[in-house]
Amino acid sequence: MSQLATWRTGSTRVLPGFGLSMGISVLFISLVLLLPITGLFGQLAGLSFAEYWAIITEGRVVASYMVTIGAAAVAAIINAIFGLLLAWVLVRYEFPGKRLLDALMDLPFALPTAVAGITLATLYASSGWMGQLLEPLGFQVAYTWVGIALAMAFTSIPFVVRTVQPVLEDLPAEVDEAAMSLGATDGVAFRRVILPHIWPALVTGTGLAFVRSLGEFGAIIFIAGNMPYETEITALMIFVKLQEYDYAGASAIASVVLFVSLALLLAINVWQGRFVRRLHGGKG
Amino acid sequence: MRRIGDAPVVRRLLIGAALVLSALFLLLPLVAIFAQAFSEGVMVFWANVSNTFTLHAIGLTLMIALLTIPVCLVFGVALAWLVTRFSFPGRRILQTLIDIPFAVSPVVAGLIYLLLYGRNGWIGTWLDGHDIQLMFAWPGILMVTIFVTCPFVARELIPLMQAQGSREEEAAVTLGASGWTTFRRVTLPNIRWALLYGVILTNARAVGEFGAVSVVSGAIRGQTNTLPLHLEQLYQDYNAVGAFACAALLAFIALLTLAAKAGLEWRAARREAFA
Repeated sequence: MSQLATWRTGSTRVLPGFGLSMGISVLFISLVLLLPITGLFGQLAGLSFAEYWAIITEGRVVASYMVTIGAAAVAAIINAIFGLLLAWVLVRYEFPGKRLLDALMDLPFALPTAVAGITLATLYASSGWMGQLLEPLGFQVAYTWVGIALAMAFTSIPFVVRTVQPVLEDLPAEVDEAAMSLGATDGVAFRRVILPHIWPALVTGTGLAFVRSLGEFGAIIFIAGNMPYETEITALMIFVKLQEYDYAGASAIASVVLFVSLALLLAINVWQGRFVRRLHGGKG
Repeated sequence: MRRIGDAPVVRRLLIGAALVLSALFLLLPLVAIFAQAFSEGVMVFWANVSNTFTLHAIGLTLMIALLTIPVCLVFGVALAWLVTRFSFPGRRILQTLIDIPFAVSPVVAGLIYLLLYGRNGWIGTWLDGHDIQLMFAWPGILMVTIFVTCPFVARELIPLMQAQGSREEEAAVTLGASGWTTFRRVTLPNIRWALLYGVILTNARAVGEFGAVSVVSGAIRGQTNTLPLHLEQLYQDYNAVGAFACAALLAFIALLTLAAKAGLEWRAARREAFA
């Protein structure tokens, strides 16, 4: 109610630029973001439902969904654990090199995906620095789905760290002091006191990392080996169809990817909205 | 008072694990890029970088970034002003819509542009009739780059402008300042660092975009090859050292981006400490 009152009496009446900023924003969003999506539906309109269904359920395409979703899930779980560890260490402890470690966390966002791709492929190939160590032990990373998961984990690790970090920072010291003074061990106190606080942020960050992994292309194709039915990701299937000038096929598969990622984005936004409201007592 | 995880053993164990994993997972790839690029000496690196096709790719990449930044800047500021200074129905929807580029796979982003503006698309057919080619040419690369980078400036500005509130601007307007003067003299000084960081992020992504660009570029050497596409071609041609020379240039830009971010955060923390 109070928000509605300020809207009626306050800023909208005083500050200029409503029309201009609304005009620019709506024009830009319509032309750049929404109009191109209509092109996809235009292409799909030329397909009958049976044709559409046949394309999106073809064996090789279904195999690519499995590879993509499986590897993205593994990458998301790795990132949830590794990201939580990094966020915790960066917030709770002081140690030499902390600032550098903090800066390094953003590397996967700053580094172009193709650069990450060729670098990971070179490192984990059998002649690479990591490959030489891992292959005698029986771990083959490059050209397997493990490599795909690794590339996905690399490109999406900052999502978890940067979502959990601020929530941990805002946690008042009294929270752990209370738990510790009641005699809880570190493990119990973490699970019972800290985890419930950071849980929503951890889920949001992991969810964002998962969505990013589903769509990732540049970082993966070099290390994946791209064997049909085994190490082909769905983004590559779209690319392959395009190179064969099969625009209908590419669009059909793209519509599946688009639908899944937008639905997940929406779910994360709703989840996050609920959690923000709970923290701020109804506002937000 | 002791806090959770303060015991020396736990502390050392967790810091150690974080450092070792980060070194293997994040630092090692970074070192590997430069090690590979310079593996045959500085002269070979220089020869690779000063190659005609590489120089052309660098030029095209910089041009795309330079054209992308002002577009994203105007959109980002307009959208942030709109959603933080006014309350209207549909405000939340606008804020959700700008996240679309983050959720859409780059390949899908390239595809939807190709379908609309390519020869078979409904705008593309009309353009073709007027001898205008956008796809498989630099305008197409620019268009998809704007698509993938447009959220960055807005995403940096919105939380900051929300937190600052509009009291100062309202005061300026009440005292008779024009809208433009208010923006330039009151808003801009408050948001300039976030704006700068938004531009840096936009630049980093514009320079490095691969998936979307590879769909619409056609990747013609010396014509529509951006630096990430050029490095892919070199890598596929088994010229790893050449590919890593390009990768080192891009990694250098990434390092500058990280340094700028650390610098801006350090500044903000210092200002908070003195405030």
